[in-house]
Amino acid sequence: MNQVSMTAMQRVLTTLGHREPDRVPFFLLLTLHGAKELGLSIKTYFSTPEHVVEGQMRLLAKYRHDCLYSFFYAPVEIEAFGGEVMFMDDGPPNSGEPVIKTHQDIRSLTVPDVENTPCLARVLAATRGLRDRVRDQVPIIGVVMSPFSLPVMQMGFDRYLDLMFEQPDLFSHLMKINQAFCIQWANAQLAAGATAICYFDPVSSTTITTRKMYLKTGFEVACQTLAQINGPTATHMASGRCLPILQDIAGTGTAAVGVSCLEDIRAVKAACKNKLTVIGNLNGIEMRRWSVEQAENHVKDLIAKAGAGGGFILSDNHGEIPFQVPDEVLMAISDSVHRWGKYPLPTDVSGKE
Amino acid sequence: MDDRDKMLNAFERALLDVDRLAARQVMEQRGRDMRPIRFVEKVVLPVLEQLGAGWQDGSLALSQVYMAGRICEELIDEMLPPADPSRKNQPRMAICILEDHHALGKVMVYAVLRSGGFDLLDYGVVGVDDLVARVQADRVEVLLISVLMLPSALKIKSVRQKLMDRGCDVTLIVGGAPFRFDDQLWQMVGANVMCENASDVVPAIEKIMEEKT
Repeated sequence: MNQVSMTAMQRVLTTLGHREPDRVPFFLLLTLHGAKELGLSIKTYFSTPEHVVEGQMRLLAKYRHDCLYSFFYAPVEIEAFGGEVMFMDDGPPNSGEPVIKTHQDIRSLTVPDVENTPCLARVLAATRGLRDRVRDQVPIIGVVMSPFSLPVMQMGFDRYLDLMFEQPDLFSHLMKINQAFCIQWANAQLAAGATAICYFDPVSSTTITTRKMYLKTGFEVACQTLAQINGPTATHMASGRCLPILQDIAGTGTAAVGVSCLEDIRAVKAACKNKLTVIGNLNGIEMRRWSVEQAENHVKDLIAKAGAGGGFILSDNHGEIPFQVPDEVLMAISDSVHRWGKYPLPTDVSGKE
Repeated sequence: MDDRDKMLNAFERALLDVDRLAARQVMEQRGRDMRPIRFVEKVVLPVLEQLGAGWQDGSLALSQVYMAGRICEELIDEMLPPADPSRKNQPRMAICILEDHHALGKVMVYAVLRSGGFDLLDYGVVGVDDLVARVQADRVEVLLISVLMLPSALKIKSVRQKLMDRGCDVTLIVGGAPFRFDDQLWQMVGANVMCENASDVVPAIEKIMEEKT
């Protein structure tokens, strides 16, 4: 397909169908840059849904990319469980002291009521606001932490690994609580207008877990959870590796996978062919010191390696672009996709005769 | 395959299987002529180093490396209690997490260093000013900082500057995800050494000790 101009929604749906749209779709997964656009501190920016709606709309107009991101910050879910969120001036809010301090805390943990939890209600209101602004023209990406990865913030990574290896009963109990929450949270976002849900699951990556362990844990959790989410999902490894488990990830029912810059994108694309759309994999950490020329070269290289045949959305490798990445670099990425990403891909990008 | 290779293989297998009993058996069957500190040097550290390299090249998972470090720390703490004179002469060292509650990296480095017979101060989670004050008060010579988030990594630059302002000559060893994704970042924040995984720390400290003597 080579229409002159599709809407962002048509473009993304076409590539998800493993066909070539008018150009390579790209997601600039920006959260904090909205605050910069509005001249607000990060804490003030996230204090009302109207700020996020306005910030996302300005970023969409400025960078001409292909999604709106209703994601506020990862610890919003920890806040819902009664935990602390630490705001910073120059980075994403971070989770504070773990909410689970003892094993007894797991037994007494209850599922937050999504509609009546103020921090989650703000995200839902922002999602509705975005939906009102763009209707079906631009996909709105909602976010959940996977039940399997959320405990890193709930109890600390080291204690979570201890639990996983040494307390299988308590681990199962925690998964049940988290699954109930995750399903409710994802479906509320879809009902508010999110087009798809990004299921962040870095603990399932082979960077963190062996495939053997994954099949017994994160895979099972994902299969059960995704089956109860009433809309399309994309699984994101948030910089973790996943090449050895791509076929398993495809088996969880997800439509796309966010992959690491540590992996060969050609190999990833080949393994995902006609099963999963690949999202990735620009290096967001390095991006903050790229020149305009470097940004263009990285985009060009990525399109050349992964663009052909659709099934590819150009993005960063973590699912959130750092606050320190300058506007010039983001603009260079955008300009480069618009220049080099038109289908059929130009000869000097694809290498075809 | 000689006896040492067999011992290395058996110990590595036990750690990867998260089999504390098997790891203990290897330690107990090491033979009377192998003193605890020698077992650490000849078996524990090489195996941990190998596992760290496996994680770096993607063939092993972090959970395996973490559990291996935990098992080793438990075993070595029994063989070499904290005040044991066999624990190494070393520079005064401290480890911390900078303005973050993600403790895994620090826990792993701490476990590897304790497994290697080193003693060090554990500052836990600290802010920049608190860290600088404690380093000065404790006369720390080698400071290990673990971070997960990019903003925390960038704050190390301020730690370095404030230490210099106070005249503290400290060797800074840094590690954590942002440094693995940008190989120039450690130098940009003023660190002396960057370790890609927890087991890189022991050779780095040994090198520092060599340079100091």
